[in-house]
Amino acid sequence: MVATFEPKSEYKVIGTRPIRHDGLDKVTGRAIYGADIKLPNMIWGTVLRSPHAHARIKSIDTSAAEAMDGVHAVVTNADLPKAENKMVDLGEGATNLKWAVDNILASDKVLYAGHAVAGVAAVDRYTAEEAARAIKVEYEVLQSATNVEDTIASDMPAILDEFVGSPGAEESGHANHVKEFVHEFGDPDSALSDADHVIEAEFGLEMVHQGYIEPHNATAVWDEDGRLKIWTSTQGAFTVRQQVAAVMQLPESKIRVTPLEIGGGFGGKIPIYLEPVAATLSRKAGNVPVKMIMERRSVFEGSGPAAGGKINLKLGATKDGKLVAADSTLRMEAGAYPGSLVGASGMCIYACYNIPNMRITGYDVLVNKPKVAAYRAPGSPQVAFAIETLIDDLCEQAGFDRWEFRRNNAAKEGTRRGDGPIFPRIGMEEVLDAAKETDHWNADLGEPSPGRVRGRGFASGYWFNVGLQSSVNLSLNDDGTVELVEGSTDIGGTRASIAMQAAETLGITAEDVNPTVVDTDTVGFTAVTGGSRVTYATGYAAYNAAIEMIDKLKVRASLLWSIDEEDVQFEDGVFSSKSDPELSIGFKDLAGKLGDTGGPVTSTGSVDLEAAGGAYGTHICDLEIDPETGKTDVVRYTIVQDAGRAIHPAYVEGQMQGGAAQGIGWALNEEYYMSDDGVMANSSYLDYRMPTSLDLPSIETVIVEVPNPVHPYGVRGVGEVPIVPPVPAVGNAIKDAIGIRLREAPMNAGRIVAALESENGS
Amino acid sequence: MHPFAYEAPGSIDEAVALLDKHGDRARPIAGGTDVLVQARANRWDLDAIVDVKNIPELTQISHYPDGSVSIGAAVPCYQIYEDQKIRDSFPGIIDAVEMIGGIQIQSRASLGGNLCNSSPSADGICPLIAYNAVCHIAGPGGDDDHRDVAVEDFCTGPGSNVLGRGEILVSLVLPNPGANFGAAYERFIPRNEMDIAVAGAGVSVKLNDAGDTFEAARVALAAVAPVPLVVPAAEAALVGNPVNDATIEAAAAAAADAASPISDMRGTIDQRKHLSGVLARRMINKAVERARG
Amino acid sequence: MTTQVTPGPSRVHVRTTINGNAHEFLVPPYMSLLDTLREIVGLTGTKEGCLDGNCGACTVSLDGRIVDSCLVLGAEIDGKSVETVEGMASAEGLHPLQQAFLEEAALQCGICTPGFLVASKGLLDNEPAPDEHRIRHWLAGNLCRCTGYDKIVRAVQKASAEMSA
Ligand SMILES: Cc1cc2nc3c(=O)[nH]c(=O)nc-3n(C[C@H](O)[C@H](O)[C@H](O)COP(=O)(O)OP(=O)(O)OC[C@H]3O[C@@H](n4cnc5c(N)ncnc54)[C@H](O)[C@@H]3O)c2cc1C
Ligand code: FES
Ligand code: FES
Repeated sequence: MVATFEPKSEYKVIGTRPIRHDGLDKVTGRAIYGADIKLPNMIWGTVLRSPHAHARIKSIDTSAAEAMDGVHAVVTNADLPKAENKMVDLGEGATNLKWAVDNILASDKVLYAGHAVAGVAAVDRYTAEEAARAIKVEYEVLQSATNVEDTIASDMPAILDEFVGSPGAEESGHANHVKEFVHEFGDPDSALSDADHVIEAEFGLEMVHQGYIEPHNATAVWDEDGRLKIWTSTQGAFTVRQQVAAVMQLPESKIRVTPLEIGGGFGGKIPIYLEPVAATLSRKAGNVPVKMIMERRSVFEGSGPAAGGKINLKLGATKDGKLVAADSTLRMEAGAYPGSLVGASGMCIYACYNIPNMRITGYDVLVNKPKVAAYRAPGSPQVAFAIETLIDDLCEQAGFDRWEFRRNNAAKEGTRRGDGPIFPRIGMEEVLDAAKETDHWNADLGEPSPGRVRGRGFASGYWFNVGLQSSVNLSLNDDGTVELVEGSTDIGGTRASIAMQAAETLGITAEDVNPTVVDTDTVGFTAVTGGSRVTYATGYAAYNAAIEMIDKLKVRASLLWSIDEEDVQFEDGVFSSKSDPELSIGFKDLAGKLGDTGGPVTSTGSVDLEAAGGAYGTHICDLEIDPETGKTDVVRYTIVQDAGRAIHPAYVEGQMQGGAAQGIGWALNEEYYMSDDGVMANSSYLDYRMPTSLDLPSIETVIVEVPNPVHPYGVRGVGEVPIVPPVPAVGNAIKDAIGIRLREAPMNAGRIVAALESENGS
Repeated sequence: MHPFAYEAPGSIDEAVALLDKHGDRARPIAGGTDVLVQARANRWDLDAIVDVKNIPELTQISHYPDGSVSIGAAVPCYQIYEDQKIRDSFPGIIDAVEMIGGIQIQSRASLGGNLCNSSPSADGICPLIAYNAVCHIAGPGGDDDHRDVAVEDFCTGPGSNVLGRGEILVSLVLPNPGANFGAAYERFIPRNEMDIAVAGAGVSVKLNDAGDTFEAARVALAAVAPVPLVVPAAEAALVGNPVNDATIEAAAAAAADAASPISDMRGTIDQRKHLSGVLARRMINKAVERARG
Repeated sequence: MTTQVTPGPSRVHVRTTINGNAHEFLVPPYMSLLDTLREIVGLTGTKEGCLDGNCGACTVSLDGRIVDSCLVLGAEIDGKSVETVEGMASAEGLHPLQQAFLEEAALQCGICTPGFLVASKGLLDNEPAPDEHRIRHWLAGNLCRCTGYDKIVRAVQKASAEMSA
């Protein structure tokens, strides 16, 4: 039975904007990020990567590298424990252990340009890099496929040999396609043939990268007793421990992972890349610490993109504007190993609407590109592009108002999501209503600069959010301040949002709580910082720990006053006797008297949350286009989003703005641009064009609060939804500006000019 | 990156001697914004890098009484755009040095480095051509080993140029453009900063006293050929003709026609040809505006 | 026994001023200023994001001009003066920009923050009252992937108002 909570409207700490606890260290340069660690006798490692998209490794000759001055160790896949061809669960669902190991260091084949082939450790980074160049690898180059069309070519060989003959591959009919699921409710075929208005289209997207500014890094060393210590920037120290244990074939108790400050992740710092290489190098180099930092190019070529792919979508509506049917086929690029996260796409594609008859067919498509990792609402922005675009086009075709149509068909409590579950209380209707009330919605477009045209679009998006496991320890100091120990790495202010929930519960200030993120030895299991779960789930654990602390303190007060513990109550930061109004003591005063009542008070809170609260956002985008060059500038942008409850509104706004900025980049410029021979041609920030400060307007935010009934403070999670609506919102605005519909992202200047030229018949 | 030694000579003679000694295993460093990036990408294996920023001739801007200016090869962009006389007399150069990289890059990147890197997409080269700038080059042969090369003849291919073993670029000399002259440079990039040109156009025009006829013109395009591309056909379409839309459109069409770009991650052939025409037209108009004051 | 000595050409002798303090050390001639600060001087506040001049996380001030320290050699700073994020706060407390970044929640992960702070200081030192467009233009060489820049721009505006008050 899931506990439910009645929302309060007034809080003392929640909803305020205290300065984050880790802020001082981060503005003074004192905070220690993964790359900043320095250990005695530390040496440096680097990785040699494949220049080919798909090739068989015939031989690796490391002798010249090993002979170089300053080189301490060279490792290849042969130095890793032999991985069996078996399924294991590494915290992100089941995967084949051999694939997990091969993605760390390739064994028989390289599957993408950038695939790690060997590791080198040397006295410094420069020497290690030179040594890596001296390793000679002989390849037999194989035919490669870097997009869905290429994989369909009849002569395209299977990328994964283990895959041939597997049930998913059999069913799809292609060596590199895996049929993941079909979800079907109602009767979509007859509903579509009976519908008054039917529309269908194909949408295409390229892979994009999370783009975190801090590159991956890892430092590893073995103790004399065979214990492996790792320091890294990760979204989840426990997930790193789990993955390293599987790859290195060690018990988890033999591994300690210390999460250092992390410079962005967005999902991309959940998988491991360098840790086993650093560990293996350390062992081979005589158990000295080895530190590795991934170069930016390798971050693009060898770590976590989000899936590109092809989406076919068909919608049917009645003449009075009811959405009655939807059918879609999703072919999402997984990279070189299964896991495009198409499952999440299936959960999200119809989630904004109530559609009685629906079908979703999902495929994972293997391509010679890096293995997909989670990226902020993974799988949802791609399908939002399809459905939010097609709904605009349906409205245009049938003469419906775009907002009315969405509002009339909006999902609400009781609506079925495309993959089956029935929604609890959600805020889609409230978000659409709030969007219509914004200044932006009610302002006109304004005058474009000379020669330019303007357009406005809007779109909505959904993310389900996740719960999972978290742990928090509290200890009370005798001045009434509280130490809070947690396992969730803090990527954007979650020390504050968790401490605030503990403070609210304890009746003290945010500053009275001192949060610390610790290693895997020091706190209970805590799942990744991802899925918009930290403020929700770790916040819930902090709440539980605080409640336990209050319960213990009630006992202490009863001892102090020699009354029955049932007689003690706690309200507004004060313990008092229910029966004797004379007996009362503040939280802090009581903390000072613990010595007389049995010593220090500590408490723990743990949660394993099945349910989370899904969240919705609607974005409004105004942009300006130079029709001669295709140059597009977003000139005004507003986000409306249901946060459930905004614990620290400034960081909620920040998440919304940051997600939208990434989504705008995705819509306009970002992409994996693959050369003909399957190499990413734009693997630098210069050519992987993420928005700069000059490319964005000041992004306006409206926080809607429809409290999540299954969280003590109503939190839903805010990190991911904001990346979902921008791609279609920008696309709808482009359509409004130039009258042309683009169905391929990025909708860059080249595509805009080409579309305008072919429209003009020139 | 091959480990290289760092040399910081104080004179041209020392610099050219060092470069001559190492041949293609040494390179000058001015701002380092190209050479360090490329050395790290293992474009070359260098034994030495020769810092030219301690050589007075390479770090000075000199204005001469005849209205010409000499810009030391290693003078960083910011010193150029903070020089009021260059702002007044050579605004087309300012267009370029204000757009190279961002503020951090402009603190270091030089016009000389931009030219010597000889990228077809360089923003500094087309405006130099538009101003008929000349390269002063010093070689290892002692005091007499100096030569002048017009900027338009300097680049010979992507990343290659006329400099021989041991030679360095000392300075860029821009003659006094005279009256009724205007020049401008613009590029197309999809973002607003920190991008390399998809295409660019640098143009200069000289009008008659009445300001209604083109007397001379230079049209150069960036990122649409293996070298910054001078378009004589576009110049010919302007010279002797009245300043009007038809003339300018004809020159722009000639520019689009002359462009012979490739498709890559920055843009396609069609897009670049199209942009060449659009940018040439816009820059001719802007140059005319500047020529008319 | 493997060597612990960096191979390659011999080290360069550098005397320099960092955050107002005199420093003297030997640096490998090919080592970036970024690594020199982080590995030799021990100041890890300056961050690495790309090593090719595109992210600005490594921004420091060199003789009063902001530069990407990944594109400067450590050997080049002989006789020059360098300011890093570690030098911004004084005995009196945080620099107004640091305070404003905290108050405006202008950082999420914080990896870009040192670069933004040093770059913003470079702006305000010369132009005390820049408008929003000028701030966005000046900071275009600093990438932030977390914030969408809005709160950073506001923090710079706030510090600018405070410093000119
Ligand atoms: C982030 C970033 C953004 C950029 N944006 C732009 C842009 O917008 N537009 C653009 O055009 N470029 C851009 N560039 C490229 C680069 O900044 C410019 O080309 C710059 O002008 C190079 O000047 P530098 O002084 O840094 O050259 P360096 O890197 O010092 O040298 C460049 C080349 O010239 C050689 N050289 C230098 N001086 C001499 C000399 N005196 N004699 C002979 N050879 C010499 C060097 O050996 C090297 O091969 C960018 C680079 C980066 C890293
Ligand atoms: S690390 Fe220097 S600019 Fe990115
Ligand atoms: S706060 Fe994370 S990159 Fe800026």
